[in-house]
Amino acid sequence: MTVLDMRDVRKVYRSGDADIVALDHATLQVDHGEIVALLGPSGSGKTTLLSIAGGLLAATEGKVMVGGHDISEYDGKQLTEFRRNNVGFVFQSVNLVPFLTAEENLLVVDELGGGKGGKGAKARARQLLEELGLGHRTRNLPSQLSGGERQRVAIGRALFNNPRLVLFDEPTSALDTKLGAQVMELIRNEMKARDTAAIIVTHDRRMTEYADRTVEIVDGRLGAEAPAH
Amino acid sequence: MRLPRLPFRELRRQPSRFVVATVVLAFLATLLLFLGGLLDGLYLGSTGAIRAQRSDAIVFSSSARDSFLRSRITPELRAEIEAAEGVGEVGGLGFVLLGAQVPGETELADVAVAGYEVPPAGVPTPGPDGQGVADSRLEDQGVQVGDTILVGPAETPITITGFVDDTAYLQQGTVWVNLATWRAVQNANRPDSAVADGVVQALVVTRDAATTLSGPLPELIDTTTDGATKTLTVEDAVLALPGVKQQGDTFDQIIYSTLVVVLAVVALFFSLLTIERMGLYGVLKAIGASTRRLFAGVLLQAVIVATIAFVVGSLLALAAAAALPAKVPLQLTPGRFLFTYAGLLVAAVLGSAISLRRVTRVDPASAIGGAG
Ligand SMILES: Nc1ncnc2c1ncn2[C@@H]1O[C@H](COP(=O)(O)OP(=O)(O)OP(=O)(O)O)[C@@H](O)[C@H]1O
Ligand SMILES: [Mg+2]
Repeated sequence: MTVLDMRDVRKVYRSGDADIVALDHATLQVDHGEIVALLGPSGSGKTTLLSIAGGLLAATEGKVMVGGHDISEYDGKQLTEFRRNNVGFVFQSVNLVPFLTAEENLLVVDELGGGKGGKGAKARARQLLEELGLGHRTRNLPSQLSGGERQRVAIGRALFNNPRLVLFDEPTSALDTKLGAQVMELIRNEMKARDTAAIIVTHDRRMTEYADRTVEIVDGRLGAEAPAH
Repeated sequence: MRLPRLPFRELRRQPSRFVVATVVLAFLATLLLFLGGLLDGLYLGSTGAIRAQRSDAIVFSSSARDSFLRSRITPELRAEIEAAEGVGEVGGLGFVLLGAQVPGETELADVAVAGYEVPPAGVPTPGPDGQGVADSRLEDQGVQVGDTILVGPAETPITITGFVDDTAYLQQGTVWVNLATWRAVQNANRPDSAVADGVVQALVVTRDAATTLSGPLPELIDTTTDGATKTLTVEDAVLALPGVKQQGDTFDQIIYSTLVVVLAVVALFFSLLTIERMGLYGVLKAIGASTRRLFAGVLLQAVIVATIAFVVGSLLALAAAAALPAKVPLQLTPGRFLFTYAGLLVAAVLGSAISLRRVTRVDPASAIGGAG
C-alpha cells in the first residue's frame, strides 16, 4: 500500500523578479512501513519536497496523495488538521517547547488534538520516552538535555499520534558522527517496530545505509533510485 | 474548546517574562482605583443629602438656576404646586453651609444645616426645635450624640440626637433639623439672605401613585406654576449640584486616558512577546496548532496578567487608602473595583488583539526552513 504518492510535483519560489524552480516534475511513492533516504546537495530541494509531502507547503503544480487523501486540494485549515493527525515532523534544528518537560513536549500533540492529557496520554508519552532511552529524563526541560536527547524527544513527539508517515529533515546534522549513527539506528528501529513509513533527508551518504531505499535529488529533480545495502 | 495548558505552563514556568508587564499594569490598576476612588468620594460626599431624597422630583424657583442657595419657594407657590396634577406628598427643603464649634474640639467642623419635612432615607421624622440628626462624617470631626454644637458666627445651638450615613452635602456633614430651626439658623447667620416664615428653598415632590399622568411630572409642575418653577428629577438635581458634573467629566477623562495607556502597555508587551515566539509558533503550527488556538493562548495570558495586576493593584490601593488621612475624600466602592477590573480586561483583550495579525501570518513552513 502506498502511503505517499507524489506525481509531477513542481514548486516554484518567487523571489523578487526571478523564479526559482525548487522542485521539477518530482514523482515519488513511499510504501507502508518503508524508509526512504532523500540524498542531495545543499539547495537541491530536499526540504521543499519534505514540506510539500507533509502539507507545510503547497505545490505549484502536481498531485500529492497521503494515505489516499489528495492534500493538494486542501485549504489551510484542512492542512493544519492533516498535519496534526497524519504526519510527524522531526526538524533539523531542535524545536522543542523550551518551558515544557520532555514528557509534556510529547503531550503537546495530545493537547493540540483536543486531548485532556489524561492518564492514557501520559502513559503513552512515558512509554515512548522509555523506548527512546529517555525513561529517566521525562521530567527534564530541554535545556537540561543533551543534543542527542533533545532530538530523541523530538522523535517521540513525531511518533506520538501514530502517524502513517514521519518526515525527518537532517535529523542528525546537529549531532556528532557517533551520536548521529545511534539516532539513525533508533529511528530505523522505531519505524520498523511501528510499520511506519519515513522519509529521511540527508546530504551524508553514510546515513543512507539505514534506509530501505535511497532517492537522489539534484537541482529539484529526483534521480535514479538505488536500493540500499 | 478546552482551556489550553500551554499558556498556563508558560506563565508558571517562566514568570520572569511577565513580571515587568504585571508590575506596570498593577501600578496602573492602583492609579485607576485611586482616581476612581477620589471621584467616588467627591461625588458621594457632595451628593449624599440629595441622593437620600426618596421623592420623585425637586422643585426650584425658576430664577435659581438649579441652586438651592438661590432658590426660594413661597407658601403661595407651594399651594399651586400641591394642587398640580399628579403631585402627592410635598415637603420643604433648605440648606445653609456653616462652620460649627464642637465641644472639646479646637477646629471648626464643616456642617450643612438642612431643614426638611419629608424624611430622606435613614433620617427620622423632624424632631423638636434646636435638635438634629447628624451625618456620620461629623462623627470623624469629634461630634457625639448629646453634644450641642454652636453653628455659625451667631453660635446657634443644635443638639445632636443621632447619626445617619451617606447624607453629606458639598463635602460638609449635614445636620438634619426641622424647617423652623433651619430658618432660625439661616436668619441668624445669613441675615443678608433671610427667609420669611413659610418660605423654603426647594420642594421635594412625590408622585401621586393613584393618578395617571398626562406627561412627565416635572413638566406638569412647571406648566402649572406658569414657569415660576424649574423642576428636576432627583438624578438631575444631583448633577446640578455645583462641581459634580465637572468633577465627574474631568475624572472620567483621566480614567479613560489611563485605560488607553493600559491598552498600549498590553499591546506593546504582547507584540514583543509574540515576535519572540515566532519560531515556536512556527513549530506548533507545523505540528498542527491552529492560529485560533495560538491566539487564544495570547488572549488567555493577557487576561491572567490583567487579573493578577488587578489583584495586586487593589491591595496597593487598599493599603494606600488605609494610610491616607481621613480628610482625603477617597472612597473605594465595590462598584469601582468592578469597573476597574472590567476596564483592565477590555484593555487587555483589545491590546493583545493587536498580536492576532502577527500570529496569523506565522508560516508553518518556517519551522522546517533551513537551520531555522
Ligand atoms: N522560501 C523560499 N523562497 C525562495 N527560494 C527558496 C525558498 N525556500 C527555498 N528556496 C530555494 O529553493 C531551492 C531548494 O531549497 P531547499 O531548502 O528545498 O533545499 P535543501 O535541499 O533543503 O537544501 P539544504 O541541504 O541546504 O537544506 C534553493 O535554491 C533555495 O534557495
Ligand atoms: Mg534543507
